Amino acid sequence: MTNEIILSVSKLRKWFPVKSSKVFGEKQYVKAVNDITFDIHKGETLGVVGESGCGKTTLGRTMIRLIEPTSGKIVFEGKDLTAFSEKEMRLARKDLQIMFQDPYGSLNPRMTVGDIITEPYVFQKMYTKKERIEKAVELMKICGLDPVYIRRYPHEFSGGQRQRIGIARALALRPKFLVCDEPVSALDVSIQSQIINLLMDLQQEFGLTYLFISHNLSVVYHMVDRIAVMYLGNLVELADKEDLYQNTAHPYTRALLKSIPSLDFSEEHKLRAALKGDIPSPINPPSGCVFHTRCENCTERCRQEVPPLREIAPRHFTACHLYDGQGKIVDA
Amino acid sequence: MRFFKRKSDVFNSLIEGAEGVTYTSFYHDAFKRLRRDKVAMVCLAVVILIVVAAIFAPLITPYEEDYMDIGNELSGPSAEHWLGTDEFGRDVFTRIIYGSRVSLMVGLVAESIAVAIGLIVGAVAGFYGGKVDAVLSRIIEIFASFPHILFAIVVMFVLGTGIINVFIAVGVVGWTGLARVIRSQIMQLKQKEYVEAARASGGRNMQIIFRHLIPNCLSTIIVVATMNIPSDIMYEASLSFLGLGVQPPQASWGSMISEARKFMRQNPGYSVFPGVALIITVLAFNLLGDALRDALDPRLKNL
Ligand SMILES: Nc1ncnc2c1ncn2[C@@H]1O[C@H](COP(=O)(O)OP(=O)(O)OP(=O)(O)O)[C@@H](O)[C@H]1O
Ligand code: SF4
Ligand SMILES: [Mg+2]
Repeated sequence: MTNEIILSVSKLRKWFPVKSSKVFGEKQYVKAVNDITFDIHKGETLGVVGESGCGKTTLGRTMIRLIEPTSGKIVFEGKDLTAFSEKEMRLARKDLQIMFQDPYGSLNPRMTVGDIITEPYVFQKMYTKKERIEKAVELMKICGLDPVYIRRYPHEFSGGQRQRIGIARALALRPKFLVCDEPVSALDVSIQSQIINLLMDLQQEFGLTYLFISHNLSVVYHMVDRIAVMYLGNLVELADKEDLYQNTAHPYTRALLKSIPSLDFSEEHKLRAALKGDIPSPINPPSGCVFHTRCENCTERCRQEVPPLREIAPRHFTACHLYDGQGKIVDA
Repeated sequence: MRFFKRKSDVFNSLIEGAEGVTYTSFYHDAFKRLRRDKVAMVCLAVVILIVVAAIFAPLITPYEEDYMDIGNELSGPSAEHWLGTDEFGRDVFTRIIYGSRVSLMVGLVAESIAVAIGLIVGAVAGFYGGKVDAVLSRIIEIFASFPHILFAIVVMFVLGTGIINVFIAVGVVGWTGLARVIRSQIMQLKQKEYVEAARASGGRNMQIIFRHLIPNCLSTIIVVATMNIPSDIMYEASLSFLGLGVQPPQASWGSMISEARKFMRQNPGYSVFPGVALIITVLAFNLLGDALRDALDPRLKNL
């Protein structure tokens, strides 16, 4: 990992309009990603954690403009992706890829593995047909699949193998940045580590940078370098993984780590015990600090003023009024 | 579906050991299921028989389509005329075989028209959604709310009689069912992660529609089209029965039954045999459609 920034987002926002019941009422939005600012360094793995519905998937997809941001900037290798034309963006997609959670829904059941893996070349008009087959063979080998099965269909493979096919497709264009949206959470525990090891090997070999979305940190803890914690569409804390555990800053992260040190968000009863009250609706999130309805340190100011994201210690960011005056504000 | 399957030699030369590896597409599997279905196989045989008879009608039939055996009108079944003769002394068997051409052509051409309209309207509505969908859905509703046969009669009145106009009338009334199914399927399919993966690597809308969405609707299209053929055939028979469809001297089962009504007493076979041909054909397509549905797309059961 270097300190070179490969991708940074600033004030990235994705609000989904919702149908309001009132005809003349104000337009309502699901604030899935609400003014998020952070950088990703070349070669690192940034883990993103948070409860279901907090906006992890939306963040990952908006960062590579698979979902159009409502506002904000996405700077990749010094260029602002949000200013790209459709054509420029189509070319830029070579560098920015994604792999998905669902080993069934992510592969077209009517296509052979070879066709699936080489489809990106069709879209980017790369290589001859023969070269594409050779590339597919190479990619299958890299991802631990036997190329003799190149003409098989997805349903003829197991869940873990299907995820390998998804990885091969994502790597076909030799991307620099890969969004992994819970790539192992649909797999058996025994298979999960195989896929994670493959992803780590590939990162070494190709110098990849990962945004790794997960709802269970224990599975991926040894793979991630930094951890970003999200709550209701907001980034609440971002730090190196050890630092996050040792110097936990944000009240939300603190409450979580006290009862669920593994940050396994599928343990709902522990989640409920850790925090008082229910998670508010993302349609009308609380004013001021979004966490104020459940925070033990809440003050009057928290209800009105949105806490800015501050770098309270080197490489340790958090958005909370408790740290007022410390460090520099980064999302102004 | 694409070059990978056809060029198996390229594979075998590039990949060591690829030669003996089996692979089963969805359609392989579906065909295997279909082959186990005895009723389906019988129906398929009947359909093939009718198609062969229609194509080779001049070779199979003992007489010309309009040959009149003067002095032998309205005779019952005999050695010369297996199914008897009509009021002009024409051979009923011969005219039933020629009539199958009309029924099958209606099934083929009218249903192709219906599939073309239904697929385009349904796919555009489902893919683009929003206002486009709102407008197209209203249009589908309007077309679907007319009683089909009345609508076809109106179209025939406007366009005039003749087989081409029958194709158009039957095609134009029969597309709404498919349009609805395709619309809702495309709406679901476009949410799939493989569609997002295609976008993520630079796929354009048209590429996504033709590479991902339509291939995944294909089995539905096949099933719905097959299941619609019987009603298309019945619409043609009804229109011809009413004198709006195929015009004499061309033979059509509907017009034969219509004519034969007047001679029920003299030669009951004249009206019964075209009716039987119609029933067998419709039944065969119906049961085949059911079997195709079970093999290809069981979700369509509650349609
Ligand atoms: N296309 C959309 N239209 C409207 N609302 C959406 C859309 N996509 C997501 N949302 C909403 O945005 C919020 C964030 O969703 P998102 O899928 O990003 O959450 P997530 O953190 O990935 O959750 P999970 O852990 O369940 O995958 C949710 O409230 C969701 O209902
Ligand atoms: S800003 Fe206030 S309410 Fe929000 S986390 Fe900090 S102390 Fe709690
Ligand atoms: Mg998600």
